[in-house]
Amino acid sequence: MRVAEGKVDPVHQFTIESLFGTDQWAIGGYNIAFTNSALWMAITTVVLIVFVAGGAKRELVPGRWQMAVEGLTGFVDNLLMANIGKAGRKYLPYVFSLFAFILFANMLGLMPLALFGVHPFTSTSHFTVTGVLAIMSFAIVLIVGFAKHGLHFFSLFVPHGTPVLMIPIIFPIELISFMVRPFSLGLRLFVAMMAGHVLLEVLSGFVISGTNAGVGIFFLAALPSFLLMIGICALELLVAGIQAYVFALLTCVYLNDAENLH
Amino acid sequence: MPQIEQLATTYASQIFWLLVFFGIIFFVIGRGMVPKVMATMDGRDKQIADDLAAAEAARATADAEEESWRVQANKQRAEAQALIVAAKADAAKATEATLAVASARIDETLTAAEARIAAARAAALGEVEGVAAEAAQDIASRIAGLSIPADEAQAAVKGVLAHG
Repeated sequence: MRVAEGKVDPVHQFTIESLFGTDQWAIGGYNIAFTNSALWMAITTVVLIVFVAGGAKRELVPGRWQMAVEGLTGFVDNLLMANIGKAGRKYLPYVFSLFAFILFANMLGLMPLALFGVHPFTSTSHFTVTGVLAIMSFAIVLIVGFAKHGLHFFSLFVPHGTPVLMIPIIFPIELISFMVRPFSLGLRLFVAMMAGHVLLEVLSGFVISGTNAGVGIFFLAALPSFLLMIGICALELLVAGIQAYVFALLTCVYLNDAENLH
Repeated sequence: MPQIEQLATTYASQIFWLLVFFGIIFFVIGRGMVPKVMATMDGRDKQIADDLAAAEAARATADAEEESWRVQANKQRAEAQALIVAAKADAAKATEATLAVASARIDETLTAAEARIAAARAAALGEVEGVAAEAAQDIASRIAGLSIPADEAQAAVKGVLAHG
């Protein structure tokens, strides 16, 4: 974090820094430098692969690690089963990847690695990242919906039992609420992640400034802020899990619309 | 906010690397490992269900076996009862026969003995009559000097004996 004029800049933690390939790596004129964001996505990927591979032992009586991995896959499988039904199994690879990637990225961004001189970067606190994930989910919903139901998919925007007179009003409303889905999906995760990290940063700024300002201010502002930080750290771990769950859950709900068309 | 300030310079890199790493996750984990994990779980669930079914079947078999065993046991017990009853009846019959034979023999012996006793008594009575008649003849000849024929004396004795 950058300390400018004795203050902590709470959003500096989201700054993207190129690590290598800044000038030479490009595809079709677009720069694809390997940044700290990409590095933490890579770390997320490696950790996730190690975690799942460690549990994919295929033993009849599972050990602890296998139990953890089976718990995670079983959780996503139940989510799909509850929201879509039997047909939901085929979306398991995608929804599991989505849930696990978001969960691990969120969690890794919260790890207190700064103690070891490494600054964790939460790639899910960038709407370029969450937006791509949301658009991916939305695109799958559209593709599945139109492939399965053709133009009949538009009946999604006219709920059952709508009086004919109301259709001209209901249809645009439902259409807009449908089109807003990718934005709400992507922005929710991005905002939740960013808000939590900014809050922690602001509070840590209070702790640093308050401690430097003297004993009175330390007890008045710095200590309560520090205690609050401990609680908010726990809350952020919860939010990291909940946001991954919400993203996966809403993807399931939207997929159910495409699969079963109410 | 760096997310917006750096948007123009970093969006391509962000999208590219996200697609790369999410792609790796999707194909390596989602498509590669997760189905195996699910197959393991499904296999385990199936095995547990199969084992439960097998246990249920074994229990049903055991119940049927016990039932048939009980039926057989009851049948055998009934047979045994019948055998005992028959044996008792046979034994009773044999005893009866033996008893009958024995009592017949005893009766025969008794009858024979009674007949002998009766004969002996008759003989004894006859002798007593003879002796009494002779004595009466003798007494009459000695006391009254009468010579009573033997037939008369005998008839007289007989009449006295008959009247007691």
